[in-house]
Amino acid sequence: MTLAPIDYVSLIIYFAFVLGIGWMAKRKIATSEDFLTSGRSVPVWITSLAFIAANLGAQEMIGMCASGAKYGIMTAQFYWLGAVPAMIFVGLFMMPFYYGSRARSVPEYLKLRFDEKTRGLNAITFAIMTIFSSGISMYALGLLFELVLGWNFTNSVLLSAVIVLVYTLLGGLTSAIYNEVVQFFLIVLGFAPLSILAVEKAGGWSGISARLQPVMTHTWEYTTHASQNPMGVEVFGLVAGLGFVLSFGYWCTNFLVIQRAMAAETIHGARQTPLFAAFPKIFMPFVVILPGVAAVALMSMSSGYSIPLKPTGGFNYDLVLTTLMAKFYPAGMLGIGLTALMASFMSGMAGNVTAFNTVFTYDLYQSYIKRDAADNHYLWVGRITTVAGVALSIGTAFLATHFNNIMDFLQLVFAFVNAPLFATFLLGMFWKRTTGHGAFWGMVTGLVAGGLTLGLTVAEGKGGWIAPVHQFPSSMAQNFWIAIISWSACFLVTVAVTLFTKPKPVAELHNLVYGVTDLPHEEGVRWYKRPGPLAIIVIIVLIIMNIIYW
Amino acid sequence: MDDLRRPTGFLFALLGLILLLYGIFSSARAELVPNVNVNFWCGLTLLIFGGIMLWLSYRTKS
Repeated sequence: MTLAPIDYVSLIIYFAFVLGIGWMAKRKIATSEDFLTSGRSVPVWITSLAFIAANLGAQEMIGMCASGAKYGIMTAQFYWLGAVPAMIFVGLFMMPFYYGSRARSVPEYLKLRFDEKTRGLNAITFAIMTIFSSGISMYALGLLFELVLGWNFTNSVLLSAVIVLVYTLLGGLTSAIYNEVVQFFLIVLGFAPLSILAVEKAGGWSGISARLQPVMTHTWEYTTHASQNPMGVEVFGLVAGLGFVLSFGYWCTNFLVIQRAMAAETIHGARQTPLFAAFPKIFMPFVVILPGVAAVALMSMSSGYSIPLKPTGGFNYDLVLTTLMAKFYPAGMLGIGLTALMASFMSGMAGNVTAFNTVFTYDLYQSYIKRDAADNHYLWVGRITTVAGVALSIGTAFLATHFNNIMDFLQLVFAFVNAPLFATFLLGMFWKRTTGHGAFWGMVTGLVAGGLTLGLTVAEGKGGWIAPVHQFPSSMAQNFWIAIISWSACFLVTVAVTLFTKPKPVAELHNLVYGVTDLPHEEGVRWYKRPGPLAIIVIIVLIIMNIIYW
Repeated sequence: MDDLRRPTGFLFALLGLILLLYGIFSSARAELVPNVNVNFWCGLTLLIFGGIMLWLSYRTKS
């Protein structure tokens, strides 16, 4: 694939624009909270789109298209089962505590609810995870640009990283969030035509259904046994692993996304954020997954398209998205498509960097290194941490080389860090008795249990470093089960330790736990902006989609 | 900060306009859809989207 001068024009206009947004946002920054938490001043439509855009990184776009080709429309489970229900839950039930507690970060909430060691453990694991995710994203993009466009890996990685660095450094979280909204529009408008053209070429949905095996065009139909579907998962592993543990662990406790909702102006806005975001989320599979499914149909009809092969044999699914773009986009639109891919990379990376600098500054630096400095000092630390975060991401980009499917690898990382955490939050927010010791040892046990499961099981040649005791049909199934085991271990140990330790006095739990928190009044809010009715509408739309693609 | 719809509107209108003009004046076509002027239609879509953003932004200001 070669780019024409016109394609570079779009890319350059876009780069200039993101830097301009950073420059505009800079004027608002006076305190460390302005820089790191947007000073809670962002309109709700912006936080909602940023809420999903922060998750739409380049590895997500490439990975979802790849999975669409590999597993079919069943990949939509990552959105319909693996995101939307959790987004409803966090908006309805958890946001009052996050926002109402006035905590500036998820680890800080843990400090207020439990104790210092719980915060410390979460802050450190989260900081490592964000850097890791950011590094993987950068690696994926650099590799792709090298392979597809012949750009130099190091140079393209450095250029994109430096642009993200400049605009997050200038305008902090506000700049990142505002850019994420533009990135979201660019992703949709840049990739939707590809989906339309590819599906049309393959004969529409009916043409695709006729050309592919039925398992590729259904989401639930073939999940009774793991052997029926290419994902290698059965309904229990899918629902409990992806739909409950991984999904709720990510969307309800990951500060990367929660931070966007917490930047809203009011508690109503914070609760509406994930619920409004659920609508575009439900329809994203048509933009990011469907082209991958169409690609397989195109292969079977001698259309002139084929998925590239790996040097070692087998399809290189990670190239589906870019090869489709090369075949369906002429010079001109190709530039917009690549700009959209660049935008998705930047939104993902900026999300990680802005979450990392907040957690480091408030939860590690201010808590353990220098407690009582002037606010100006923390603003300075926040800026330095932004630079350090980008530098560390570049460093870890080179660690991501050992895993063949990016999506599987991400799941692997989340299984460790976020899976047990959701048990901690569930108990912490809804059971007054839960103690700090319980939460801490539950989290530790959850992480250890996840690590042990990975060490004792094998799937697709991965894991089993301690002893290969059990074989899973796929990496996906392995990841789901690691998550289930890790969550269960955390849940059980938290309850057990709690029963033997002394709980916090109820007076200290105000605004932190269900039952001792004043839930926000909704008299002045119109019915369609209230979380309850909104959630019902989301659920109805979700059910309809599931029925159509059953 | 200023209304985000305005800069967003300008960005998409500009990108759309460039693409639209390129679609009209160049013969660039995609390999698999040689009969469709992808640049023209996508440029028009971007331009309309940018226009709507600008319209929303100026409507609330005045």
